[in-house]
Amino acid sequence: MATQPFTYEISRGFLPGHRACAGCGQAAAVRLVMEVAGTNCIVVNATGCLEVFSTPHPESAWGVPWVHSLFENQAAVASGIEAALRKQGKLDQIRVLAFGGDGATIDIGFGALSGMFERGHDVLYICWDNEAYMNTGVQRSGSTPYAASTTTSPAGRASFGEDRPKKDLPAIAAAHGIPYVAVASMSYFADLKRKVKKALDIRGPKYMQVHVPCPPGWGYDEANTVEIGKLAVECGLYPLVEWENGEVTRVRKIKQVPVEDYLKVQRRFRHLMRGEAGKAKIAEVQALADENIRKYSLVD
Amino acid sequence: MRKMIEGSRAVAEAVALCRPDVISAYPITPQTHIVEELSQIVADGELDAEYVRVESEHSAASVCLGAVVAGSRAYSATTSQGMLLMVEVLYNIAGMRLPLVITGVNRAVSAPLSIWNDQQDTMAIRDTGWLQLYAENSQECLDMHLQAYKISEDDRVLLPVMVCMDGFILTHTYESVDMPTQEQVDAFLPRYNPLYKLDPADPYTLGGYIGPEKYQEVRYVLQQDCLAAKEVVKEVARDFQKAFGRWAGDVIEPYQCDDAEVILIGMGSVVGTLKDWADRRRAGGEKVGVLKLRCYRPFPADELVAAVSGAKQVIVLEKAVSVGGYGIVAAELRAALHGRVAVPVACAVAGLGGRDITMGTVDEMYDRARAGESDFFAGLRAEVLEEG
Repeated sequence: MATQPFTYEISRGFLPGHRACAGCGQAAAVRLVMEVAGTNCIVVNATGCLEVFSTPHPESAWGVPWVHSLFENQAAVASGIEAALRKQGKLDQIRVLAFGGDGATIDIGFGALSGMFERGHDVLYICWDNEAYMNTGVQRSGSTPYAASTTTSPAGRASFGEDRPKKDLPAIAAAHGIPYVAVASMSYFADLKRKVKKALDIRGPKYMQVHVPCPPGWGYDEANTVEIGKLAVECGLYPLVEWENGEVTRVRKIKQVPVEDYLKVQRRFRHLMRGEAGKAKIAEVQALADENIRKYSLVD
Repeated sequence: MRKMIEGSRAVAEAVALCRPDVISAYPITPQTHIVEELSQIVADGELDAEYVRVESEHSAASVCLGAVVAGSRAYSATTSQGMLLMVEVLYNIAGMRLPLVITGVNRAVSAPLSIWNDQQDTMAIRDTGWLQLYAENSQECLDMHLQAYKISEDDRVLLPVMVCMDGFILTHTYESVDMPTQEQVDAFLPRYNPLYKLDPADPYTLGGYIGPEKYQEVRYVLQQDCLAAKEVVKEVARDFQKAFGRWAGDVIEPYQCDDAEVILIGMGSVVGTLKDWADRRRAGGEKVGVLKLRCYRPFPADELVAAVSGAKQVIVLEKAVSVGGYGIVAAELRAALHGRVAVPVACAVAGLGGRDITMGTVDEMYDRARAGESDFFAGLRAEVLEEG
């Protein structure tokens, strides 16, 4: 079967020339999302890499109206914009998107995000999950995976790095009973774009969490971003699941590669590649992937 | 039309007359009656507004920020802990030059926990870039809200305004107020027409990152515009008089100051007490006057200096304290007077956490200031201090 070549479009919403690092998974994912979202939308952006690399005054990579306020209030600002558009009678024509990194979303902005879900605002919230506070120098967030070494959960003689698993925000979002929740990865372009299109066709609050590999934060060659993102999905650590009204409606099946294939190519897991204790930790990470595989039936 | 209503109701009706598109608030005593009344006004269909019931004051301010940046008029009210939770957003709203009105109900700040009145909360946010107007009575609360939107949305200002009113003393008491009609308010306050907003037809990037090469200039312009807003406050007061037939404005209001040897300065509801006290002293032949500081931000330094330049002494009554410093208004007044007029300024901190300011309290601050004390707490209870 002939494979369809991926066609590259320049998004008019998010333009080239910004200052993201080479190989930035987030920048690529934003471009893909904005290709679908078009220009009839308003973007609210939390403080973070995306804000800093796309809007250093007087430059801007944004071809759509875009606003940044603070680190933790993007869901509330988006709620206010949505309320204003509703009052102005423009909500049928303009889509509101709110963007935040995993720190902004899963940690500091979590209360505001939950409030936005519960009140039913017609907003698509997208969390760019690169699994640590990358903008400030790779500090641990609630989304940092088990056993990852960060600058505040470093591996050391008495530590294997992060000692807690990721907070499962997609499941928490789904528990709000909102119409649509989707986990995506920047490495699966068509899947990501399909989910964005689906989300934008649904009225009410939507949550998407997009896995975006980070070359300097994770420690890998910037040419390998897409491959690393695929390994995360295919080993079961980052299951691509969709929920509608609180129920799982679709999962992407995986090849089930060993987690070690994903871990060994990243500096943040390098400390696991030594000795029996390292092997035991890898087994624990494998158990987390196995649990995802079981819970979401990721393998036929 | 004259009405006998609670101060909170007067504010709610005044805000409704300003036709906000979006209201967002989080309940906190003693702000609650204002937002309850507004909820009812919206629920009864008397005001067509989106009422966003948020999960925190931080989000209430953020919802208002979003509404204004999308081109709508917004409103919120808060007090004390809620105001402190908003602080980060308050700085942001002013820095982004977004017009907004919030009622700052004055309440003590924890710890210890107190729901009662003082002005520690609004004094704590004095450096945010918000204009601050302090109301003496219900009528002034009402009038200030109408003026606040007009000041805030003026192209020369584009800064948020906080109308400060003493918790319980003003929010929960009934007074007779003159409530204007919708037609009068519509003529005075046109629809909000922003210079910049989020619009896909004309996309702007707002709130972006700025480096050391320009940040300081942006803050300088903010400072200059905030200082210059003083003239707009006065101008709007004149417009208000034309529209509603009563004078309710200016940045300061002198009472019996023309020949006064001692001038007492206060903000908010306590000014009524001070005026009454001055009347009694004047009846005894003492030349005392009262100066109401109505607009605290921007700080009307020139007006204050001119108003007290003929006095022998000034006593500032402060319902807040800069812990480790002393009275905040007194410090700013002394700085304004420095090198211009040599009049001594005493500072009496009083009325914290709902402690009544009685005629006796004012007598005490007057006597102690006259005896040479410059910074002190008035109305302290010795028996409580002795409890240890």
